[in-house]
Amino acid sequence: MEANFWWVIGGVLFVLLNTAAGLIWLERRMLALWQDRYGPNRAGPLGLLIVLADTIKLFFKEDWIPPFSDKVVFVFAPAVVVASVLMSFTVIPFGPNVVVADWNIGLLFFLAMSSLGVYSIVLGGWASNNKYALLGAMRGASQMISYEVFMGLALMGVVLLSGTFNLREIVEAQRGLWYFIPQFLGFIIFLIAGIAETHRLPFDIPEAESELVAGFHAEYSGMKFGMFFIGEYLGITLVSSMIVTLYFGGWLGPAFLPGIIWFVIKTFVFISLFILLRASMPRPRYDQLMEYGWKVLFPLSLLNLLATAAIKLILTDN
Amino acid sequence: MPASIFSALCSRFGENIFHEQLTRDETPTIWTPQGKIIAVLEYLRSDAEQPFRMLYDLTAIDERACKSKYNGTCEFTLVYHLFSFERNAFVRLKVALRGEFPNTPSCTHIWPAANWYEREVFDMFGIRFDGHPLLKRILMPVTWEGHPLRKEHPARATEMGPFRLFAAKEDREQEALQFSPEEWGLKRHSEDSDYMFLNIGPQHPGTHGVLRIILQLDGEDIVDAVPDIGFHHRGAEKMGERQSWHTYIPYTDRIDYLGGVNNNLAYLLSVEKLAGIRIPERAEVIRVMLCELFRIASHLVWYGTFAQDVGQLSPVFYMFTDREKIFNIIEAVCGGRMHPNWFRIGGVAQDLPNGWDKLVRDFVNYFPKKLKEYDKMVMRNALFKARTVGIGVFTQEEAIDWGATGPNLRACGMEWDMRKKRPYSGYENYEFDIPIAQNGDCYDRAVVRVNEMWQSLRIVEQCLNNMPAGPYKSDHPLATPPLKEMTMKDIETLIHHFLHVSWGPVIPGGEAMIVTEATKGWNSYYLTSDGNTAPYRVRVRTPSFAHMQMIPYISRGYTVADLLSILGAMDYVLADIDR
Repeated sequence: MEANFWWVIGGVLFVLLNTAAGLIWLERRMLALWQDRYGPNRAGPLGLLIVLADTIKLFFKEDWIPPFSDKVVFVFAPAVVVASVLMSFTVIPFGPNVVVADWNIGLLFFLAMSSLGVYSIVLGGWASNNKYALLGAMRGASQMISYEVFMGLALMGVVLLSGTFNLREIVEAQRGLWYFIPQFLGFIIFLIAGIAETHRLPFDIPEAESELVAGFHAEYSGMKFGMFFIGEYLGITLVSSMIVTLYFGGWLGPAFLPGIIWFVIKTFVFISLFILLRASMPRPRYDQLMEYGWKVLFPLSLLNLLATAAIKLILTDN
Repeated sequence: MPASIFSALCSRFGENIFHEQLTRDETPTIWTPQGKIIAVLEYLRSDAEQPFRMLYDLTAIDERACKSKYNGTCEFTLVYHLFSFERNAFVRLKVALRGEFPNTPSCTHIWPAANWYEREVFDMFGIRFDGHPLLKRILMPVTWEGHPLRKEHPARATEMGPFRLFAAKEDREQEALQFSPEEWGLKRHSEDSDYMFLNIGPQHPGTHGVLRIILQLDGEDIVDAVPDIGFHHRGAEKMGERQSWHTYIPYTDRIDYLGGVNNNLAYLLSVEKLAGIRIPERAEVIRVMLCELFRIASHLVWYGTFAQDVGQLSPVFYMFTDREKIFNIIEAVCGGRMHPNWFRIGGVAQDLPNGWDKLVRDFVNYFPKKLKEYDKMVMRNALFKARTVGIGVFTQEEAIDWGATGPNLRACGMEWDMRKKRPYSGYENYEFDIPIAQNGDCYDRAVVRVNEMWQSLRIVEQCLNNMPAGPYKSDHPLATPPLKEMTMKDIETLIHHFLHVSWGPVIPGGEAMIVTEATKGWNSYYLTSDGNTAPYRVRVRTPSFAHMQMIPYISRGYTVADLLSILGAMDYVLADIDR
């Protein structure tokens, strides 16, 4: 068991970090495809080596710590995002036996870790001592407060149906019917909250290039900026895997492919959806976003929970 | 028809104090004594029958070097251009100022728009306006010595001595960069909170150029905004005074650099008015066609970047692709792309190339489909609407007070297009509508521009179908350079060619201003000639300057994110503001 355990950890880390880096290439190529241009196509076959080039560039860039910043927090902040997202992956079952920590509080652990991610934005923005970064950090915090609440509530529908917080058992419970059918509303709410969670367009409000230049990471350079960058791609991967695990039957699929392949395929479909959203949507104002969250999605998620509970009650009574 | 404005003024203020000057452009030009000017402006603004509600332009002329001075001995002339929508007429008021650095009363209490114009006159001429709220330099750096448009100020670097940066001077320059809110008339805190001052620009992705806006913020809410312009100032007006009439044309390309030949046209219409040249029909149609193609190109840039300002990444790529298709036509005709430098005094530089009609027809057939697609992508997008509807609202009256023109004026329900109302270059011969919208918010300004592209396309199509045969340049002796084939046949044309190419044409004395509907609003060149090979004074009135001045007024109370929508919807070009 021990040796196998370390292999899984190592394998998951290796695949995840490479996926995050590879997403740089994937996103740029897909955006280019949708925007009538080529994208990176020079380095290596199909421009794949751009990933390597980008990484090397990030490592060798001057790693500048602004003299006016709060240095300890400034250095610490980018690590938080990567660490918290990577921690979340420990509970995700990639295949029937491929999971780092098969905990019965898996879902709660995911929620806890993903809320920690916002600390990197707030701390990074605050420590930069830059007005744009501060505005970005404030926006990030308010966005997170609005969206964490009903993200959790939306997931409770799944918990009600499966009767467990253990992600592996949730997947097993979907053998008959994937949860996106009975929990369609919950799925939509979780998807929206997930986009807000990862700060991707249309919810990239803490970053808002055309308004806040680069928002919370305006002062970051070199690999510290790279950490935010990787953190964002890891976040996309995380939310996509969670959607797959909770609503699309995780590794389940016809037997001609192994479970883990099914998981990867489904996850990439959602990653592509994230990129497509970026290619097509404008960005709402942050008060509009909060209004939408509190006034529309929050009541809807409560309604979803109530309806799920009621139906479950009726069904079990009979 | 109401009585002429001159007689109205005489009957109101007395017979012998005004004097009417005859000008080439037949705009009523009235010399007004300095003591009476404010009363006259107030009368024309509010009390006159069919009032002149818009302060279109305010500038000055340094008369000290003028050989054929019109009005005796004054050192400076202050020139007010007012416009009346009811009369569809301009009036030009001139005030003679005496002394090296004269003072004159400010009219900022009559028109808010006068604020920046008076600052510009102060900056350029050193004329002080009494009662101005914040009379400081606007285009030149605060440490600049001298006032550039005064005739004694050198026009070229070689006249100024080598540049040296001593330590003391460097310190002084650094000192001048320090930001102090009080200097701009801003408070540091309200009763219960401190304000944050956010510097947007000069390098910022949302300002579309080197523009600095100082924001006074309470949280993310804008308390006040102060645009700081002048980073793009290249002295286009000063250059005009030492370029020949002909060699100034390429400089005009670079005023509104998205508008291309629209700038050439505004300048040349005034020159041709001064010279009394009539343009052959074919040249006029070529000019109109190119102007409208450039209008579409300019609006496409605005369309894409506006969508990007509110966070939509993709449209700008599609729209630049289409703009590229327009540039292919422009390139085939002119050789140039953004700076075509194509119109000449008396016509255009060359005839249209073989096969131009196929290029234009392909575009006319191709573009409507794309416009419909963009409509779905941008204009009907719910998030786009959420970001633009009800943001940055101004009313028709406010627009006129602030000198807003073009699509921004039409977005508040004013059906006013210079191409229709005061046609020039044969625009009266085309069928097109004036798109308007009612609410005057960011979304409506977008609606007007999008619909304008449809109308421009209609005009291009009419040009394509009805391109007349004939010469592409006038045979008037002042047309520059004269038609080459003629120079080989008669000595007279050869002499003209030689003179116009070596010295430049001599344009008869006088003054003229023709207002055109450029891509962003009303654009005009107010030219004063003293019968020389170069203009005596070139005044470039650009729409973006007035629009930018309005930004603080319409952005107060909105958030930082809204400011970007407001800036995007205004559609300005920094070179057009700073000249």
